[in-house]
Amino acid sequence: MTKILPIGVLLGVTAVWWLAASGSTIFPTPPEVLRGIAGLATDGTLLRHVAASLYRVTFGYGVAMLLALPLGILMGWYRTAFTAFNPLVQMLRPISPIAWIPLAILWFGVSDLSPMFLVFLASFFPMVLATTSGVQLVEREYLWAAQNFGITGFKLFTHVIIPGALPTIITGMRVGLGVAWLVVVAAEMVAINSGLGFLIIDSRNAGMRYDLVVAGMVMIGAIGLLLDLVMRRLEDLKEVRWRYARGR
Amino acid sequence: MGADVSVKGVWKRFGAGDGEVSALEDMSFTVGVGEFVAIVGPSGCGKSTLLKLLAGFEQPDRGEVLIDGRPVLAPSRRGIMIAQRGSVFPWMTVRQNLDLALDGTPDPDRHQIIAQHVNLVGLAGFEERYPHELSGGMLQRVEVARALVAKPDLLYMDEPFGALDALTRLSVRNELLRILTRDRPTCLLVTHDVEEALHVADRVFVMTPRPARVALVVDVTAPRPRRMSSPELVGLKERILTELGLSAADVT
Repeated sequence: MTKILPIGVLLGVTAVWWLAASGSTIFPTPPEVLRGIAGLATDGTLLRHVAASLYRVTFGYGVAMLLALPLGILMGWYRTAFTAFNPLVQMLRPISPIAWIPLAILWFGVSDLSPMFLVFLASFFPMVLATTSGVQLVEREYLWAAQNFGITGFKLFTHVIIPGALPTIITGMRVGLGVAWLVVVAAEMVAINSGLGFLIIDSRNAGMRYDLVVAGMVMIGAIGLLLDLVMRRLEDLKEVRWRYARGR
Repeated sequence: MGADVSVKGVWKRFGAGDGEVSALEDMSFTVGVGEFVAIVGPSGCGKSTLLKLLAGFEQPDRGEVLIDGRPVLAPSRRGIMIAQRGSVFPWMTVRQNLDLALDGTPDPDRHQIIAQHVNLVGLAGFEERYPHELSGGMLQRVEVARALVAKPDLLYMDEPFGALDALTRLSVRNELLRILTRDRPTCLLVTHDVEEALHVADRVFVMTPRPARVALVVDVTAPRPRRMSSPELVGLKERILTELGLSAADVT
């Protein structure tokens, strides 16, 4: 039932799409899109664009993680760090990464660095916030117990604070990767000549190939789903299962 | 093992201004080495505050809390607290929890000490389980084992069995008594269950409502194992309930 239901909905929507798009000149039908994907896949363009997008996400997201997790842990644990950094974080956070595009191009030119920078910005803030609140929400009982057994310093972080915050951190990482994937596509629509975002904008510009536009969109959705499934696997680790165990 | 406790003229308030609440006012008592004291009283009477002061998680506003004649300035492995809500780390297996509590013990001994304590609480075979894979009663046994692994001189228990159903509660309690005959740390148990207090303690302190004071001290001399139906314990129970403002007829 849990498998049939979502597949049924997917098929239903595709059917409605097919009916609605038949004979239309402004929207391609499912078979046209499938033919488009097949065409892109056989001549290798699809793989090249997917690889380019994933490469940028990997680096932008990776660097964001390397910086966001330590900063979040510091802000969550040390009152002073929170007071110092929180206003800055809260002010930069609502600025859409898209608004940074002009500056990114100015600074990094037409290179992989500008989309990487935008991916970094997009995923950095959700991960800082999640890590901070994860650390702040570690139950007092656990901290008391640690104190009682004489666990201090580095060991307190590695054995109590970080594992206690890990479920929330993982949720933040999942959100971060989601936005990273959203933003890379937008970033690739400007001043770059590879990636799924470029594929979409180029398909329109170079001959109104809306079948390929939608093909690119379908691929983005599918890969996004896949990335989220991978992140969900992290939530199944026994070390974090305690937080999610109830209610599932 | 064991240590003596001396509480001298302790005051503790929380909050400030109009919201200020006095939890303890001029509280004094002593507990001897290896003695088991149960503290009963109405909810919110400052019993938990008292344990936190003894364990060093809070400092008194006035007065002194002395363990073996020295003031308690911070929590330490000498006095382990078993909290009401439980504090076994859920991200670690039973073994890892005990191992962390053994911090500082030389490695070769650890394995044996862990095995011994896991056996002691009847959890052999569950060493690699995570807390969320255990029942409430088993989890409380892990809590006890972890506390004892640290070889504390004092054990502070804040309604440790409060979350368990009546049957499990009785069995974990009996088990605790059996284990404690071996190590005999000084024990202070906070509970709202008068029968529980009479079942385990050498002395029962009955507290007044906030601000808490010791209203009555009851010596329980009945030999162990105790039968709650014995006339002596029934009499003591009635006396304590009367002190708490209830008659035995209200509850039985």
